[in-house]
Amino acid sequence: MKKVVISIVLVNLLAACASEKPKETASAPAPITESKTVSTAPVTAPAPASSSSSSSTPPSAPAVDPLNDPQKYPLLARRSFYYALDSSVVQDADKAALQAHAIYLSEHPNRKIRLEGNCDERGSNEYNLGLGQRRADGVRKLLELGGAKPGQIESVSYGEEKPKSTAHDETGWAQNRRTDLMYAR
Amino acid sequence: MRIFRGVIGLLMLAQVSVAGAVLNIEIIGAGDHQIPIAIVPFGGDDKVAQIINEVVTGDLRRSGLFRLVDPAGKSPHVPADVSYPDWQTRGAEALVIGAVTVQSNNRIEVRFRLLDVVKKTELIGQALSANDAQIRIVGHRIADFIYEKLTGDKGVFSTRIAYVNRQGQKYRLIIADSDGYNEHVVLANNEPIMSPSWSPDGSYLAYASFETGHAAVYVQSLYTNQRTVVADFRGSNSAPAWSPDGKQLAVVLTRDGGSQIYLVRPDGTDLRRITFNGGIDTEPNFSPDGKYLLFSSDRGGSTQIYRMPVGGGAAQRMTFGAGNNFSPRHSPDGKSFVFAHLENGKFYVAIQDFQTGQMMLITEGGWEKKPSFAPNGKIILFASEARGRGILATVSSDGRVKQHMFTQSGDAREPIWGPNL
Repeated sequence: MKKVVISIVLVNLLAACASEKPKETASAPAPITESKTVSTAPVTAPAPASSSSSSSTPPSAPAVDPLNDPQKYPLLARRSFYYALDSSVVQDADKAALQAHAIYLSEHPNRKIRLEGNCDERGSNEYNLGLGQRRADGVRKLLELGGAKPGQIESVSYGEEKPKSTAHDETGWAQNRRTDLMYAR
Repeated sequence: MRIFRGVIGLLMLAQVSVAGAVLNIEIIGAGDHQIPIAIVPFGGDDKVAQIINEVVTGDLRRSGLFRLVDPAGKSPHVPADVSYPDWQTRGAEALVIGAVTVQSNNRIEVRFRLLDVVKKTELIGQALSANDAQIRIVGHRIADFIYEKLTGDKGVFSTRIAYVNRQGQKYRLIIADSDGYNEHVVLANNEPIMSPSWSPDGSYLAYASFETGHAAVYVQSLYTNQRTVVADFRGSNSAPAWSPDGKQLAVVLTRDGGSQIYLVRPDGTDLRRITFNGGIDTEPNFSPDGKYLLFSSDRGGSTQIYRMPVGGGAAQRMTFGAGNNFSPRHSPDGKSFVFAHLENGKFYVAIQDFQTGQMMLITEGGWEKKPSFAPNGKIILFASEARGRGILATVSSDGRVKQHMFTQSGDAREPIWGPNL
């Protein structure tokens, strides 16, 4: 009878764990679990064992760097973020991805990142240099708020000097209004 | 009759490399009235005379204010040989004659006279002396004399311009004579170069280069090629502007947050911040008396032009109405300023008078950016586009005379007119 009770309790516990959304703030050695990912791998083993609720690989196996694992970590795979005209406000839809980068940086303190702000051509070159810097610095702030250390981040601007598109139309301009995240090797 | 001996003793510019390529200049708008002038190829050394003739006729033709009368068949070199009726029948109002002597030490001496065909009098008689590497400069000086005498405005043919040539990922900062000849590459990079700015005496260029991965300000000697890092703080360092006395620069730094204006010595010392707000303040430009700065700022929402005392203090907004305004630069006489006006998706070159506050658009609108005055205040150089490429363009301050200047290849951008030599 006791056995049954215990297993019911365990099953309930396991069920509770399984239904809970994997937390983004996982403990240090474990890879980050994306909140949007539907976990196809079992979050926990059926047997009462590991309390690490987000690990799907045994801790001792060599892990793929989340930065290079776009399938499992699609938010980290996002490296370019786009803006409305004359704006340096990060779009709401981008905040989760930037938060993921912030967490990654906070968990990998040796990692360094370079933020490059860019603009479309509808301003003077110097004004656009300033706007690109404002964009890069805005992303920096979000990363620092999310746990990255200032020393891990370099934020620069290319203004309108290195456009992705030279088309004089909205399609071209929209491509140029962006901040790029470049991780150092 | 005065003969004034002008000795041209220019220091030879240090060359990083001579690009060889020239700017191809097209005239697309002429002046209201064109003075008909005949220029007789000078006597003496044929080779030198031909170059001088090319330079003088080219300069005067490109100004849009002269119509060149063919001297065919007549070749007086001294006043005694001039038969005025010959020139009156050809419709000329002015006549230029002269002679070249090459001396044994490779110095050349050029004597020329500008004659009034109608009044049959001499307007100018000059002798110029230079070494043989400076023949084109002699030609430009002659064109300046003629231009000034006949239009009343100082000529700018003896000046230089600086600009950036971009070809793919290659950027070159180039200085050239006002006619595009004598190109010198000041800096060659695989990263962008922006905002070249001439020191008042024409011997240094300040600029922003991205060669270290972000914009930093440098000052480079055009004679020794040595350069100093003026500002290399975190973020972007750019928009250098020389004070008229050459003793300090205004620069735009983001080291303390957003783009703000600072003063600094050309050697990078004595940094002082002078604007304090949360917007983007940029493109500072000193007034000719050194007391004020014009600059562009989005502190009020849209980007507009403001003026403030150099020492710091409240800024006064200068531009109003619809649209955004960028890139202000004072006229040489300090009475007006030129700037880029953006409205309904088009960039125009505009001039505003300080006293009346009246703004005038002097171009038709397109991608017309970064205007600067020639030292005589009568011509404006700016960046534009034609045939899908970046080009340099000039327009006279009344909007009439227009030129397009094409590089051999790539885009020409970031132009700035140099001071009188």
